[in-house]
Amino acid sequence: MTGALEVLEAVLIKNGLITAFAVVGTTVWFSYFLSDRLTRGRLHGSAIAILIGLAAAYMGGLVTGGEKGIADIPIFAGIGFMGGAMLRDFAIVATAFGVRMDEIKKAGAAGTVSLLVGVTASFVVGAIVAYVFGYTDPISMTTIGAGAATYIVGPVTGTAIGATSEVVALSIAAGLVKSMLVMTGTPFVARHIGLDNPRAAMVFGGLMGTTSGVAGGLAATDPKLVPYGAMTATFYTGLGCLLGPSVLYFAVRALVG
Amino acid sequence: MVIYGVALLSICLISGLFVGEVLGKIIGVQANVGGVGIAMLLLIFISDVLRKRSRLTEVSQRGVVFWSAIYIPVVVAMAAKQNVLGAIKGGPAALLAGALAVAVCFAFVPVISRIGGERASLSEDKPAGDDR
Repeated sequence: MTGALEVLEAVLIKNGLITAFAVVGTTVWFSYFLSDRLTRGRLHGSAIAILIGLAAAYMGGLVTGGEKGIADIPIFAGIGFMGGAMLRDFAIVATAFGVRMDEIKKAGAAGTVSLLVGVTASFVVGAIVAYVFGYTDPISMTTIGAGAATYIVGPVTGTAIGATSEVVALSIAAGLVKSMLVMTGTPFVARHIGLDNPRAAMVFGGLMGTTSGVAGGLAATDPKLVPYGAMTATFYTGLGCLLGPSVLYFAVRALVG
Repeated sequence: MVIYGVALLSICLISGLFVGEVLGKIIGVQANVGGVGIAMLLLIFISDVLRKRSRLTEVSQRGVVFWSAIYIPVVVAMAAKQNVLGAIKGGPAALLAGALAVAVCFAFVPVISRIGGERASLSEDKPAGDDR
């Protein structure tokens, strides 16, 4: 019997991506089943699926001590590939198929403002929290503030201005928290912030900026809004990496340095 | 053929990511600047042109539509590979910084959504405080 299990394990590992399709497909089916039966569709099936995914990622982290969630377990490695940047970006771009150009043009100004406000607001909040927790030097404040933008802006900024590895790790953690809260929280607040049209979705993407958070959060709210949010969010990290080590760092240094 | 749609999508993504990388290099940041967004604009634009000339058959379109439909499962897989433990291990400073940033940005959504839209003119017509 153990022989058969070992053979099965070998087959699953050898066909990692196919295993991922089977596992994720089953998870999504189960999530929609729960959504239907337990919440009568009030909590979107994809929101439940994303929550299950995050829970699985937590378990994976506990079991392996790695950084790639469940994908660090060999038989689930294919999930890492399926959910990696390449296929994610491919699928996000595909959602733009059928998007109306005039919607994007109409929200262009609001989208641009949202990017600037989004980066600055997250940065200021992050830097203040850093200060409150005793990270009062401008380099640490800037790095943690940048991390509150996204978990890529944090380490890029920190490396550029010479932050300690402890502070860089903290900035990544802040960005991860943000990304996960956006993924899980969006469907619950969507109605209260008027997130039900393409324009608001573009503003939302520009304000939040975390591509994974926006991608997951909008998918769980209304899949039709995904391309609009993703469109602006994709400019956020670049803008953050531009402003973080320059304008924002100088501003912090002028204030507390 | 289905592969035409898939190839169109691939060419858009590669071109967009390329432009994004070049933009990043030009402004001197270690990040891809808007690559995916540029790819999306390319796809919208090219598919629009092809459709108007009836060069994009129903079957070819299926090559794009499939990937847009597989989007949610991909996001679920993406969630399952996040460093959740790392986020929680960051302690109260990281949790608070991330959570407050999200809260503040959520609050900004309705404010900025008003910029340059019909919704703004609609709410201006109403007396102030009407919707409270």
